[in-house]
Amino acid sequence: MAADRRNRPDRKGRFGRYGGRYVPETVIYALEELDAAYRKARRSSEFRQTLNAFLSTYVGRPTPLYFADRFSEYLSGPAVYFKREDLNHTGAHKINNTVGQILLARMMGKKRVIAETGAGQHGLATATVCARFGLKCIIYMGEEDIRRQAPNVNKMRLLGAEVIPVSSGSRTLKDATSEALRDWVTNVRSTFYIIGSVVGPHPYPMMVRDFQSVIGRETRQQCRRQLGGLPDYICACVGGGSNAIGIFSEFLGEQSVRLIGVEAGGLGLNTGRHAATLTKGKPGVLHGSYSYLMYDRDGQIVLPHSISAGLDYPGVGPEHSLLKDEGGVKYVSVTDRQALKAFKLVSRLEGIIPAMETAHALAWLVKSRKRLKKSDKIIVCLSGRGDKDMPILESLGEFDK
Amino acid sequence: MSRVTRVMTTRSRRKLLIPFFTAGFPDYRTTLALLKEAVKAGVDLLEIGMPFSDPMADGPSIQHSSHAALQKGTDLRQALRLVGDLRKTTLVPIILMGYYNPILSYGESRFVSDAARAGADGFIIPDLPVEESLDFRKLCDQAHLSSIFLVSPTSSEGRMRLIAEACTDFVYAVTVTGVTGGGKKFGRETSDYLMKLKRTLGKPFVAGFGVSSAEAAARLVRFADGVVIGSRLIDIVRYSDTTRQGVRSVGRFLRAVRKAVG
Repeated sequence: MAADRRNRPDRKGRFGRYGGRYVPETVIYALEELDAAYRKARRSSEFRQTLNAFLSTYVGRPTPLYFADRFSEYLSGPAVYFKREDLNHTGAHKINNTVGQILLARMMGKKRVIAETGAGQHGLATATVCARFGLKCIIYMGEEDIRRQAPNVNKMRLLGAEVIPVSSGSRTLKDATSEALRDWVTNVRSTFYIIGSVVGPHPYPMMVRDFQSVIGRETRQQCRRQLGGLPDYICACVGGGSNAIGIFSEFLGEQSVRLIGVEAGGLGLNTGRHAATLTKGKPGVLHGSYSYLMYDRDGQIVLPHSISAGLDYPGVGPEHSLLKDEGGVKYVSVTDRQALKAFKLVSRLEGIIPAMETAHALAWLVKSRKRLKKSDKIIVCLSGRGDKDMPILESLGEFDK
Repeated sequence: MSRVTRVMTTRSRRKLLIPFFTAGFPDYRTTLALLKEAVKAGVDLLEIGMPFSDPMADGPSIQHSSHAALQKGTDLRQALRLVGDLRKTTLVPIILMGYYNPILSYGESRFVSDAARAGADGFIIPDLPVEESLDFRKLCDQAHLSSIFLVSPTSSEGRMRLIAEACTDFVYAVTVTGVTGGGKKFGRETSDYLMKLKRTLGKPFVAGFGVSSAEAAARLVRFADGVVIGSRLIDIVRYSDTTRQGVRSVGRFLRAVRKAVG
């Protein structure tokens, strides 16, 4: 079974029935070119060495596994450990992937890089590596997200990236992604599209997972040393799902480890105002792959809602769809309000301000604390830091009190 | 023989003129009037767009018309009703263009049979490349409807042949890399590409994306078997003072193109 899992996706980019390549003909050649380049890079020891060197000296890996003593005490139950992806350069796990993809772009001789971003963390991580390698960088970002994640926009501009506001549709991540795809269709020959999550057409869901699986590999080693064995739970937030796949990938098939993916429940699952794609959606096609998706009776994509810009997306990675169907991961959700409460709680208790996305994973622990055993050891993927979320808190009047 | 096949076999040297309209833009009645006006102007096939919330192969004009049509409550059922209404007065073949998710959501098999019953003749699904289309093509074959795929300047020769094989009747050639609309310049690169298609496809093909004038259309049909015009028609309607005037202007424009392409 484990070996079977390692062979996913199949050569056509399918995770079971999910995944594939649902894109305009114009970009098919670019996906084939990318697939070939990536397969070559994956076999190359030189590529791996360069990638590892950058991960250690530029990104700051390995990131620590930290025992969250006071948060554990608050829960009066299990021992909670944070996998500190917030300590990466640029403050989130996103850079694990952008370093990998920029090395590929350089190998393929591409001169121009585009990316979509929601919370701005992926845009920032892309702008950062583009600056480092001297490539032209264009970031598509919804107008609504530009408003709520302003600090990241300024950083991207400072790094030399052009941030293009997207004013169509919901003016969030979904529309930024559509616009980035349109740019790619137009400039496909010169341009490398750095997708920020395990979504999109094959080979992206596979490639982004592989680049993010460094989180899982380190965690596994650290568990052996610090916990003396495997944890009982691993918990991560899921928007597109890249930090979750990254940490889960090394533990799939371990019967004793329960994997929990936490989606954005927004204002509540029955309000229609959420982004809990796996919990409430059904399989469909958007942005290049067949996966769980939120759409109405006519197949039109539904506008999602989440307090967190990074989770505010109506789709999810195809591998998550398969893992949901197979039951390898349990997908749950928490509301905006629960996430916000956990955000403030962990800031106070641990002196760590988590990203609003990450706060969803933390909120699940708070919500489930009575069901967890004292002997349980739980890893939370602390996917990013929350500095960027100050405008959200301000707009909620959190600093007026 | 299907209506599309009949048009393809009886056209002799005539070049195909194919206008595109978004169903429900600016409203249901006007779309019907526009389609009828196009038939009067002497077009060979009609392409009707079924609006989608996230049209990733489309530029600003068709994004606008899709969004406006959805605001009016246009769905797949309405698009099929439009086909049915049109069939009462014309035998011109009708190709439905739409993104894959609404069709999946409707149910592929049910959609193909409902479309056939309404009087549609074929489909273009821009986000369904040949490799992913086996099931859908089988359904089209069973219903005797055409499946038309896009070939692009970035398609390899191998893919060009693969795509031609998957297309019944004709192939849709995207003129330049990019999304729909924008009034593109067709230079040497485009003509070289179209000549390559002629050598490689072994099937008739029409050229579309960014064809915004009678001159551009005339230039393309020197190499292609026809042209598709969409965004320009949407713009004419969008920027007309009244819908009646829009319909008239579209008729005038299509007659000029008809004359230019022969």
